[in-house]
Amino acid sequence: MRSKRSSLLLSSLVFAFAVSGATARADKTLLNVSYDPTRELYDEYNALFAKHWEETKGEKVEIQQSHGGSGKQARAVIDGLEADVVTLALAGDVDALFEKGNLIPKTWQKRLPNNSCPYTSTIVLLVRKGNPKGIHDWEDVAKPGVGVITPNPKTSGGARWNFLAAWGYALDKWNGDEAKARELLRGIYKNAVVMDTGARGSTTTFVERGIGDVLIAWENEALLALETLSHGEYEIVVPSESILAEPPVALVDTVARRKGTTGVAETYLQYLYSPEAQQVIGKRHYRPSDPAVAETYAAKFPKLKLFTIEEKFGGWKPAQARFFAEGGIFDQVYQPGN
Amino acid sequence: MTSASAGRDWTLADVPPPPRTASAVADPPWVRGLLIGVALLFLGLFLLLPLVTVFGQAFSKGIGVYLDAITDPMALAAMRLTLLVAAISVPVNAVFGVAAAWAIAKFEFRGKSLLITAIDLPFAVSPVVSGLIFVLLFGAQGLLGPWLTLHGVKIIFAIPGIVIATTFITFPFVAHELIPLMQEQGTEEEEAAVSLGASGFQIFRRVTLPNISLGLLYGIVLLNARAMGEFGAVSVVSGHIRGQTNTMPLHVEILYNEYQGAAAFAVASLLALLAVVTLVVKRVLEWRMGRASRAL
Repeated sequence: MRSKRSSLLLSSLVFAFAVSGATARADKTLLNVSYDPTRELYDEYNALFAKHWEETKGEKVEIQQSHGGSGKQARAVIDGLEADVVTLALAGDVDALFEKGNLIPKTWQKRLPNNSCPYTSTIVLLVRKGNPKGIHDWEDVAKPGVGVITPNPKTSGGARWNFLAAWGYALDKWNGDEAKARELLRGIYKNAVVMDTGARGSTTTFVERGIGDVLIAWENEALLALETLSHGEYEIVVPSESILAEPPVALVDTVARRKGTTGVAETYLQYLYSPEAQQVIGKRHYRPSDPAVAETYAAKFPKLKLFTIEEKFGGWKPAQARFFAEGGIFDQVYQPGN
Repeated sequence: MTSASAGRDWTLADVPPPPRTASAVADPPWVRGLLIGVALLFLGLFLLLPLVTVFGQAFSKGIGVYLDAITDPMALAAMRLTLLVAAISVPVNAVFGVAAAWAIAKFEFRGKSLLITAIDLPFAVSPVVSGLIFVLLFGAQGLLGPWLTLHGVKIIFAIPGIVIATTFITFPFVAHELIPLMQEQGTEEEEAAVSLGASGFQIFRRVTLPNISLGLLYGIVLLNARAMGEFGAVSVVSGHIRGQTNTMPLHVEILYNEYQGAAAFAVASLLALLAVVTLVVKRVLEWRMGRASRAL
């Protein structure tokens, strides 16, 4: 029985260690539920905001982060993850908070400037050093013999942006000829070697596992990969035309009201538009919405022809239904195993 | 059924080895060599190599990065949470397992086979489904969600949810260990104790418990390993709030996705170490149980 007693002692010690340090020290705590590639951005922004809030209000605020696939994160908030704010990959996922959970008002996107998007990004191509396959634009991605890495549009928000970027390019190039657009997309997805469930997974496949010739990726994701992983082994190819990716932010009214954090949560989102925050945004590879700050990052974010999802597809909802629903255009152009 | 009980079967079963017949050793040496070689190769490729890789990757950027990774506040928070979860679900399941095994092995009652089947349920369903069950139950849109929200009780996407999910997943371990053991031991000793005037609790403490102590420990070791390592169900109910609801396995995934491979493997190496310790303890217990059963 000696072992029993000592194991009891051990487990109570473990318990004490586990409970200690679990207490928070801040006056206010916010939870920001975000999508995958924004980790580094919000790590830095949260520190900036906490300093700003303490200087102006004399209150300590702690911001907690949760990251994951955008659709999955929206689902978690609807199921009760107590997010004061959400910062997701696409407006469609924030819409779900209104449609499925009634957590926010329908007009949420009008509450902050630029359709509630403090930063934007676009879709670019990441290729191996020296661009051995000669990829310069979307058509080159569809050429036979090119290995393409892109996530699965059924599960990944980033992958849907990828698809729509190529589709919009094709429409402009061939004067709205959808047959041509289908042909281009069929070629691209025929070349797909691996389709991961999320954008970060695809980057890892391309960069760390060394599979494929071209990665279709968020610009911020491609820049981050260049910064943290590459020793000159990759380069970014900016296509002649791409989509303006608009990741929106929103206050989750019902949760913030219940937690009594509405004021600080609102300020947290508004402060994203301040020049200091816009600097962080640019540094962390997102395109700043503030024109003055954007100017200072002009070299990092090359100018290219960008279209919005609104003008080409009439918004996320019709695009989702037409392209990515069961039996939609994606299902028609992508035949696995070919 | 898991390898756990399979492993016990051959150590505990007090069966004499089968007589050696000529045919059993008549294989030509090259066949034996080939079989042993294949087995060793398989073992090396599928078990040893991954383990070595984990430690190799963990130290690939030097001991400094390794130490930084395992003393990072977020990593420490993950370790604390993992230990807390284990410190709750292990005793709960140990008590439950002993109670269930005792009821099943020593008594006859209606619905006994139903209880045995129910205990197996967590093994039968995928951990993701287990997690979703609790979301459906406690989530804001779930059965009890509105009531919980109204009363300010947080279960899902908070520590209680993680504890509940882990406890559910690790439910069967101890009972699985003890039921066959207790059935094998029968009820004679308890009956003798009754005839000598012992109370129920005295019988349990002085007769039953000493008989099953090794099996119980064995079950607890496996239970603990799974409680600390569970990923699927915990991932569903965690909410992934850093420093709050990330357990060690979830923290490993996050680090890997942040391109901090060395740090991810550093934390993973702690989990791998847990696995190694578990196996060693398991082996020692098996050995002692084998001796105990021979001594009977």
